[in-house]
Amino acid sequence: MTQRVSTGRLAGSVAVAAAALMVMAGCGGGSGDSGAQGGAPSGADAAPQTLNVFAAASLKDTFTTIEKQFEQENPGTDVTLTFAGSSDLATQINNGAPADVFASADDNNMKKVTDPGLTAAAPARFATNTLQIAVAPNNPKGITSLAQLADPANKVVVCAPQVPCGSAAQKVEKAAGVDVKPVSEEQDVKSVLSKVTSGNADAGLVYVTDVTAAKDAVQGVSFPDADKAVNNYPIAALKSSKNQELANKWVQAVTGPTGQQTLKAAGFGAP
Amino acid sequence: MSGSVGLSLQASLHRAGFSLEVALDVAPGEVLAVLGPNGAGKSTLLGILSGLLRPDSGHLRVGDRTLVDVAAGEFVPVHRRGVGLLAQQALLFPHLSATANVAFGPRARGVPRAEADERARELLAQVGVGELADRRPSQLSGGQQQRVALARALAPQPGLLLLDEPLAALDVDATPAMRTLLRRVIRDGKQTALLVTHDALDALVLADRVVVLSGGRIAEQGATRDVLARPRSSFSARIAGLDLIPGVASAGALRTADGVDIHGSSVEVADGEPAVAVFPPSAVSVHTERPSGSPRNVFRVRLAALEPRGDTVRLRAAAPDGAPAWVDGLAADVTPAAVAEMGVDPGDDVWFAVKAAEVAVHGTHT
Amino acid sequence: MTARTTVRHETGVGLPWWMWIPATIGFALIALPVFGLLLRADWAAMPSLLLSDSALDALRLSLITAAVSTFLCLLFGGPLAVILARARLEQRPRLLGAIRSIVLLPLVLPPVVGGLALLFLLGRTGLVGRGLDLAFGITVPFSTAAVILAQTFVAMPFLVVSLEGALRTAGERYEAVAATLGASPALAFRRVTVPLVLPGLASGLVLAFARCMGEFGATISFAGSLEGTTRTLPLLVYLQRESDESGAVALSLLLVVVSLVVIVVGRPRGMDGRG
Repeated sequence: MTQRVSTGRLAGSVAVAAAALMVMAGCGGGSGDSGAQGGAPSGADAAPQTLNVFAAASLKDTFTTIEKQFEQENPGTDVTLTFAGSSDLATQINNGAPADVFASADDNNMKKVTDPGLTAAAPARFATNTLQIAVAPNNPKGITSLAQLADPANKVVVCAPQVPCGSAAQKVEKAAGVDVKPVSEEQDVKSVLSKVTSGNADAGLVYVTDVTAAKDAVQGVSFPDADKAVNNYPIAALKSSKNQELANKWVQAVTGPTGQQTLKAAGFGAP
Repeated sequence: MSGSVGLSLQASLHRAGFSLEVALDVAPGEVLAVLGPNGAGKSTLLGILSGLLRPDSGHLRVGDRTLVDVAAGEFVPVHRRGVGLLAQQALLFPHLSATANVAFGPRARGVPRAEADERARELLAQVGVGELADRRPSQLSGGQQQRVALARALAPQPGLLLLDEPLAALDVDATPAMRTLLRRVIRDGKQTALLVTHDALDALVLADRVVVLSGGRIAEQGATRDVLARPRSSFSARIAGLDLIPGVASAGALRTADGVDIHGSSVEVADGEPAVAVFPPSAVSVHTERPSGSPRNVFRVRLAALEPRGDTVRLRAAAPDGAPAWVDGLAADVTPAAVAEMGVDPGDDVWFAVKAAEVAVHGTHT
Repeated sequence: MTARTTVRHETGVGLPWWMWIPATIGFALIALPVFGLLLRADWAAMPSLLLSDSALDALRLSLITAAVSTFLCLLFGGPLAVILARARLEQRPRLLGAIRSIVLLPLVLPPVVGGLALLFLLGRTGLVGRGLDLAFGITVPFSTAAVILAQTFVAMPFLVVSLEGALRTAGERYEAVAATLGASPALAFRRVTVPLVLPGLASGLVLAFARCMGEFGATISFAGSLEGTTRTLPLLVYLQRESDESGAVALSLLLVVVSLVVIVVGRPRGMDGRG
């Protein structure tokens, strides 16, 4: 990963922004549909091969590990990882963000990219994830089942139904016949987790991998109906990539044995 | 109009680089002018009187009330002093009509609205803007605003009125009328007042007495005409800067004590009233022979001194034998070339001439 | 074309021609994206999108919380501005400057940071929040009160800045005149100071209200997001965008309209120009 921003890059960014402004000022009309076209992979940095990977936020730890192995096995390669919510990433890719690979946390958001035909090949599933109840260490409220989350004495935080972890939560609630009354429906799973780790909520519905990644900060409580909502993680190289070969190599690294091992260690289920 | 009261002040105030040390008295109904260069302490003096500044030591009495007595720990805040202020800027409350501005003081003292409004309208009529009573300040000219401000300052019937260069910010056109109004309202109303000004004419027309401040001390004081006609400090000489001839008004002219008529244009002064004829030294021409021709005032003088002043030379006159005393101290500004051409020296007798059009005759106090 | 390079001594008599170029670009930067929203909008579906329960709930919540927060800004920020502009602390001359710097902090701080700070103070495990929870069983986060606190936090500086500016511009000369006319400090404040700074106060209130309506970061990190309780319009837009872009665009336009109404209707007409 590159940490420093070279002056060349900075100058490039300024130039792009200025150009965008000029264009906007010049042509009033048609700027509605096309977003800033091609965020300009600023300067063809000649030296090493670079790979831009857009990945769902929940993949942060695992992909960072995989990146290190990948760069060792492919000397002269510089992988840049961008983590964000899957829908944000899908929107960015659809608006011309310079990504080579996209790894989504659900099929829905991958579909947003496959529908306009932006992927180079059909997406491959590389992991699954299920929900777990996150509670404070030592489980002070003694929460052992999903049903207890319906108790108004417990402050529960879930994801909003509009995002993948929230729709998963809805599915398991329905399957278990439980109607959770959350105090907040968060935008993403990390926000749910932080509400629990900060002690502001008693329990939250998050992915198993989030509990694993949080280490001692929270404790995970499994429940029977978790398997009613299994999240699939698809990955695909993108058509716009200037280095298809390297992009495919990354996809293989993730779906291959070492990648799978890393994912499994983090709590992901097999595809 | 007001319960005319006197004022007695003795105060000192010290700040970094400046100190004020004054003692002054103003009799009931008297107008005292305070003259002085910038930084002389005029504003500080006003601040102490109005209550915006607290002196380090001393006392202030207005009428029978002690407003400040530092030793006794007495300090009456601004709003309980009954000391009015008319400043250079009218500072009318922009959100209130002229009437409401004037009624503000009485209202603040608990006068019922109808009564306060009525008094305000009377005062506005008195200062000559009765027909503008409902206007907002932004709809008034500078001169009109200052009239309203005067009415407003008078409305609470202050025991003492402070005038802080009340004419300095007005248009040249509006100044004479406002000066006349102040003279009428303040002097004829026997309003005790303290007038800070830069303008010798203001002092001359409005004040009974003058105090000249310099470096925080009183440098000179006395009857207005005396101080301005025979300035003893360099400042009062400079500020006077004008030639003055005392007398009484007489059919648009001024008649001196010895019966000489000085021709000029008079400004609201009735025949027989005490007055002065005023003109700038630059309007005086100097001749070695008695000039003749167009209507002008001509005086025979003896040159006392020649003072170079930048581009001009000021010729200062003394009275020659047998000439009236008022000639003493008159000044004329001429070019160095003219002086060289005439070849005059101190001790020579010459003629000063000034056109009637350059002479203004103002009423004064006795 | 003649280039007039200096206009230093004249006011309102012509501009350097080139000024129009950056000004046009600047205007386009603001106007065109909004125009883009209009192009993107699904006008046929607009009524149903805007009249959905969640949209109406969010709009109602936004208007109510913004109004309450603006009132709190006035209640507490108003006196704060007066003190910053007028107080004389002879013993501690630096104190006011220090207070001002802190009061202005939310202007430069990312709102998310403000939200986190509020959470650490008033959250269930926070400095004050723990006490509230133990003593009264009150938990602030996830409540409408938290939304109001977050909005007040970010909006108060706007009111303080404009009001303090108005107070400084007005100066104390009018109050001094009022005092010489016999008005007590309280009366002078009511009858002179307040009317004089009314335009500045009004624009401060409008700015604060607008800031409250647009508040997102501090709210989502401190108050959470729950329909009818804490999910204000901006939070709903952000969430809606995940699943339904046209819904998000419709709600965005609603926010644009509300903001325009606030700016156009609420923008103070100076009392100084005309009566």
